[in-house]
Amino acid sequence: MSARDTDWEGVRLHVVTGKGGTGKTTVAAALALALAGRGRKVLLMEVEGRQGIAQLFDCPPLPYDERRVAVAPGTTHHAGGDVYALAADPESALIEYLEMFYNLRHAARALTRFGIVDFATTIAPGLRDVLLTGKAAEATRRKVNGEFTYDAVVMDAPPTGRISRFLNVSSEVSGLARVGPIRSHADTVQRVIRSPLTAVHFVTVLEEMPVQETLDGIAELRGLPSGGLQLGGIMVNMVRPVPLPGDDLGKAAGGSLDAGELSLALKAAGIDDEAVPGGRSALAVSLATELAGYAREALAADGQRRRLAGAARPVYELPRIPDGIDLAALYRLAESLREQGAA
Amino acid sequence: MGTAIAGFRSPTLEVDRLLDDLRTRIIVCCGSGGVGKTTTAAALGLRAAQRGRHVVVLTVDPARRLAQSMGLTSLDNTPRPVPIPGADASAPGTLHAMMLDMKRTFDEIVESHADPDRAAQILANPFYQSLSSSFAGTQEYMAMEKLGQLRRADSWDLIVLDTPPSRSALDFLDAPQRLSRFLDGRLIRLLAAPGRAGGRAYMRVVNAGFGVFTGVLTKVLGAQVLRDVQTFVSALDTMFGGFRERAEETYRLLQTPGTAFLVVATPEADALREASYFVERLSEDRMPLAGLVLNRVHSTPAAHLSAARSLAAAEVLVPATAPDGSRSCRGDGARGDGGHQIAATALRLHAERLQLVAAERRLAQRFMAAHPGVPIVEIPAQPEDVHDLPGLSAIGESLASR
Repeated sequence: MSARDTDWEGVRLHVVTGKGGTGKTTVAAALALALAGRGRKVLLMEVEGRQGIAQLFDCPPLPYDERRVAVAPGTTHHAGGDVYALAADPESALIEYLEMFYNLRHAARALTRFGIVDFATTIAPGLRDVLLTGKAAEATRRKVNGEFTYDAVVMDAPPTGRISRFLNVSSEVSGLARVGPIRSHADTVQRVIRSPLTAVHFVTVLEEMPVQETLDGIAELRGLPSGGLQLGGIMVNMVRPVPLPGDDLGKAAGGSLDAGELSLALKAAGIDDEAVPGGRSALAVSLATELAGYAREALAADGQRRRLAGAARPVYELPRIPDGIDLAALYRLAESLREQGAA
Repeated sequence: MGTAIAGFRSPTLEVDRLLDDLRTRIIVCCGSGGVGKTTTAAALGLRAAQRGRHVVVLTVDPARRLAQSMGLTSLDNTPRPVPIPGADASAPGTLHAMMLDMKRTFDEIVESHADPDRAAQILANPFYQSLSSSFAGTQEYMAMEKLGQLRRADSWDLIVLDTPPSRSALDFLDAPQRLSRFLDGRLIRLLAAPGRAGGRAYMRVVNAGFGVFTGVLTKVLGAQVLRDVQTFVSALDTMFGGFRERAEETYRLLQTPGTAFLVVATPEADALREASYFVERLSEDRMPLAGLVLNRVHSTPAAHLSAARSLAAAEVLVPATAPDGSRSCRGDGARGDGGHQIAATALRLHAERLQLVAAERRLAQRFMAAHPGVPIVEIPAQPEDVHDLPGLSAIGESLASR
């Protein structure tokens, strides 16, 4: 039986955004691992100078160079794949750009000594963005001997609040450089980003503010003028399992669980405790309180889930991993993304 | 109340004492993104007002419903009065809240420092427009600027500042300097008027590099951008020095004893690491640190029931694995009776909670060991987001009840 298509078959550039604190880098890394699953080669790219990928994969800080950071596990039918990583920074990207288009590498290197490259990317904020998205577009389209170097590129992009500005750079850059040569570079980048080759995924957790930002971000991208970006999926991170079936959940949240019944059950399990007035055990009352907290959290999370459903995008849920994110946890998240069809 | 964090004895941060002390004029809430700075700032402001102070809370990026609960419907740079629930009639305080509009704040600086023609010229400049709305650091600079303005207005006796959302808490201290350095910098002056800066020998060297520089900029950006920058800089010339002076003035204001820094963190590795950096940095910069607010701390009312015992008891009631090897469904009404099912769930969740409490305690203790003198106060985790005044009021109470 041949494998079915994944939800993003054919997409070569996955842009992953999300509010700070939602685990954007973790999800981007898990997605890269998942995409690399079938013997593929995937580039995971960060653009904010945070060295988040190096921290995640527990390796030394990444240079401006593509390095292999992980091997995706193989299956009985497929060999494992490779995840490469790149920490892109605007300065190196500018030097590379100057070299590629103007053969100016030496001049550019001399200029960095004066901090001038930093200055140049500072006076034109859109330039910074176009250099970084340009690097992603270049890696996406790069071919050696007629074959793509990477099967997919995953970009750990800036947070949701800045993503539209980050990706929709052409208007800002053209505002600054109306006729400049960077304009044509920006236009080339836009052709990749606004094509079906690119999808923008949103990472969130089931809390009010990140969900609001996700919905706002999606609405913003939808509102872009013609030839808009392809919206990807919503990756809901750190999801806790629902502790109880619906009826009981409501009861528990409202504090109307029968603590007497709970007392009896605890007694049956051999946990006896001092009784409080009313014949219930103090322990049963405490556990009921704790359960009520969980139930209220679960109901609140459900409310956020319903709000996300309004965005009408595929939703992937990733479990909360209590002991911190290590490589094993990344594999687990990658597997979960695969099972849900994201990769 | 079960103390989630025991063991190391850090001094308790006495919030009410801080708020009641009339010498406290500015409270700055800082910390990395997503730790609850805005909520904490709002809760502190409300608590202070309930205790009779005249407070203004300056927030940067509040959650929509929290903003609405404080009567803030738009980013309009205007302090709005907020009704105070449970105000003490004998000590009537007041509460105002405002959201920072960084662009407008920047525009106002320009308008108040340049004559109308020149101001109009600057405001219309494309380079100014991108600088004032998107330069990394503008938001922090403008938050500081607004803080200075509010302090000078002297209409409030306490200002609570919620710092801009950023990955690093340090950005708040560094970014304003970055912007003023940039605007005051030699490069931008050179760019505006290459002939005027420095001595002759020096200029020969610089001008040689500078020709290459402008050449590269022109290649990449086109001549128009350079012209915009040059126009901007020469129009802004009268204000140069002003930027650096203002940033330094606010910086000094932050160093005075009337200011109290509160570092906000959640008991998670990343947030506490950021908090540690920030605490160290504040002490290097001689900024007055009042303490750490540890937000969203979990606790359990049944600490004496161990995780091992709860898991074993849960297994007795409802085995996690059915004999045929399939996992029993938690909501499966057909298995056992409902009471057992719920009890088993409660016990398993309890075990999970104990692990979480222990993990949080370890992280908090690591912080305390590294910073033994820093006073700490905890805010218990809430099952739902706080988005109304009674909720803020409850947080204020829990801050004070330690």
